[in-house]
Amino acid sequence: MNIAVVKPTRRKLDLRNGRVDLSHGAGGRAMGQLIEDIFHTAFDNDWLRAGNDQSAFAVPAGRMVMTTDGYVVSPLFFPGGNIGSLAVHGTINDVAMSGAKPLYLSASFIIEEGFPLADLAKIADTMGAASREAGVPIITGDTKVVERGKADGVFISTAGVGILPEGIDMRSNAARPGDCVIVSGSIGDHGVAVMSKRENLEFDTDILSDTASLHTLTAAMVAVGGPSIRLMRDPTRGGIAATLNEIAHQSAVGFRIDEEKIPLKPEVAAACEFLGLDPLNVANEGKLVAIVAPEVADAVFAAMLAHPLGQEAALIGHVVEDPHCFVQMETSFGGGRIVDWLSGEQLPRIC
Amino acid sequence: MKYIDEYRDGRLAKDIARQISEEVRPDVNYHFMEFCGGHTHAISRYGLEDLLPDNVRMIHGPGCPVCVLPIGRLDAAIALAQRPEVTLCTYGDLMRVPGSNGSSLLKAKAAGADIRMVYSTLDALRIAEAEPHREVVFFAIGFETTTPPTALALRAAIDKGLENFSIYCNHVLTPAAIQTILASPEVAKLGTVKVDGFIGPAHVSTVIGTEPYDAFAENFRKPVVVAGFEPLDVIQAILMLVRQINEGRYVVENQYIRAVKPGGNRKAQAEVAEFFEQRESFEWRGLGDVPQGALRLREAYSHYDAEKRFGLVTPASKDNPACDCGAILRGVKRPTDCKLFGTACTPDTPMGSCMVSSEGACAAHWTYGRFREHAKTKEIERSVA
Repeated sequence: MNIAVVKPTRRKLDLRNGRVDLSHGAGGRAMGQLIEDIFHTAFDNDWLRAGNDQSAFAVPAGRMVMTTDGYVVSPLFFPGGNIGSLAVHGTINDVAMSGAKPLYLSASFIIEEGFPLADLAKIADTMGAASREAGVPIITGDTKVVERGKADGVFISTAGVGILPEGIDMRSNAARPGDCVIVSGSIGDHGVAVMSKRENLEFDTDILSDTASLHTLTAAMVAVGGPSIRLMRDPTRGGIAATLNEIAHQSAVGFRIDEEKIPLKPEVAAACEFLGLDPLNVANEGKLVAIVAPEVADAVFAAMLAHPLGQEAALIGHVVEDPHCFVQMETSFGGGRIVDWLSGEQLPRIC
Repeated sequence: MKYIDEYRDGRLAKDIARQISEEVRPDVNYHFMEFCGGHTHAISRYGLEDLLPDNVRMIHGPGCPVCVLPIGRLDAAIALAQRPEVTLCTYGDLMRVPGSNGSSLLKAKAAGADIRMVYSTLDALRIAEAEPHREVVFFAIGFETTTPPTALALRAAIDKGLENFSIYCNHVLTPAAIQTILASPEVAKLGTVKVDGFIGPAHVSTVIGTEPYDAFAENFRKPVVVAGFEPLDVIQAILMLVRQINEGRYVVENQYIRAVKPGGNRKAQAEVAEFFEQRESFEWRGLGDVPQGALRLREAYSHYDAEKRFGLVTPASKDNPACDCGAILRGVKRPTDCKLFGTACTPDTPMGSCMVSSEGACAAHWTYGRFREHAKTKEIERSVA
């Protein structure tokens, strides 16, 4: 008897009008198709093509860093990027702020039933493009679907690993009086871009999120500054105010910064003005703050200016001795004031 | 930037500061109260005190709407929000104000009350339109500046025939409060609070004008300079007050001529008068009962008055006994005089309302100025050593 092997026709995912349903998370064929057609297509690499639940990679000699991050931004799409670009850039940046070279990423998706497949594909494509551009592949992942109302569109969790160059060991308690404080560019762009698309708050602005992978910038800085770069941070939620206060407390020092030196786009300043926000508290997704020993400050600063993501870098102040760990600022008006942590929540779900 | 940076120009500020230093008399101490929280915030945010001579002292007044809301009114709002049919719409800065027994709108929201943060009265109207089965109440709070938008929202609700929208009215009146401060025993008789002149409200005055201040400038012989909220406005107003004191004058002057007219905004005033009338008396936190100190909805619009619609009663709630907000709001004490300041009470764990709003005297000093005490202590330590 001749038994014909009948291959069932597989209907393509309707990427135009289709929506995620519970079957896409149920472990069956539908899930397999979602993963393959959307995520594997977007992230395409040998590890994912192997189809394992994990990925193996060779470990270079030396010390590694690992980080994990969650993304719940609202709205999912905003001027200059979407939740996918944040997930890739943010995770790479968390690795890069240690001075490490980022190697691999993972991405886990929690998707709400009813989420448009077109949006999911768009987010995945953005992530694929961002990871390719950065040279940091997404090599493993996971997909879950929850009932309508149990999530808000899509949440993404990531992990990232990287390798530290020989002799680099940045620590949060390393800032010393006399060190220089350098910021890599204009502050508050991301927060204002997201806010401009918030429901009830929508306003017209040309500001784009600054979302970007900073690892080539940090590599250029580490190449000239080495261990004399005391530490680096990406000032995301809470802005540079939160970052400087954290460092002040962790290193038991104070800061003196100069308001006039802090790069700020006029459009961001204007938006903050009418929203009643202090740009120092507003989130960034493609900027870093570096605390640098004075003897290498000029070289590090020059390396930043020579890099496309550091062209607007500015030396904004110094680390000082202060048992109270105050971040003090000379205002452009001529008086002094404290730059404090924000109390409460300025803007929920900014990243 | 056009039209903002111009009012924050550090070089101009230094010029005015130099003029103040040259014109103050060394044998005179000048005590000026800035009534508004907006001025308090500008003074702290720009470090303006650093530019003033030692014998010019600023006293922070009670002009912070969140700060002067009595706890009982807040408790009533929390109880209202806990009713299952009610959606309470509020401005964000009220969310963290502590009510009785550690309660707050933020905590009530976390426990399931339908409380929504809005950016304008129109947002609340939109919610009422979109959700006709909900009783949408707008927590109306603020001085004369925020009353016209509430009046406009009422007019829009009437035009749209919205039956599920009402107002919990806590709008208060500025001139009545200044009058109360000047007539208070501390200022008028005991002299424990010395107030030589006032920086008059900015935004409030765009609505009510400068005329309402004429009577008490004359009666109490205190100069008033209405000033804008930018730091150059404030420092210029201080110079104008110093000159009035030095010349023995006590009149109302208008520094904020780019926005304030003597008669104010007649159209806004008419709109407010259509919907609101003065209460005989209203409790201000810190000041106590202020005669004609607030507004309520007129009888004709009682359908939109949440107090009547839901039979709200204001519980007799008391402030935390250790909290000095009351005295700080009257200018009797400074934030640092309060035992709780910076210990039990910080902006992260506020005990009193002055620590919640960014316009509150305690929050402004904690957030922007607390390095000054430490700098002073250091100086004293150095001089002793």
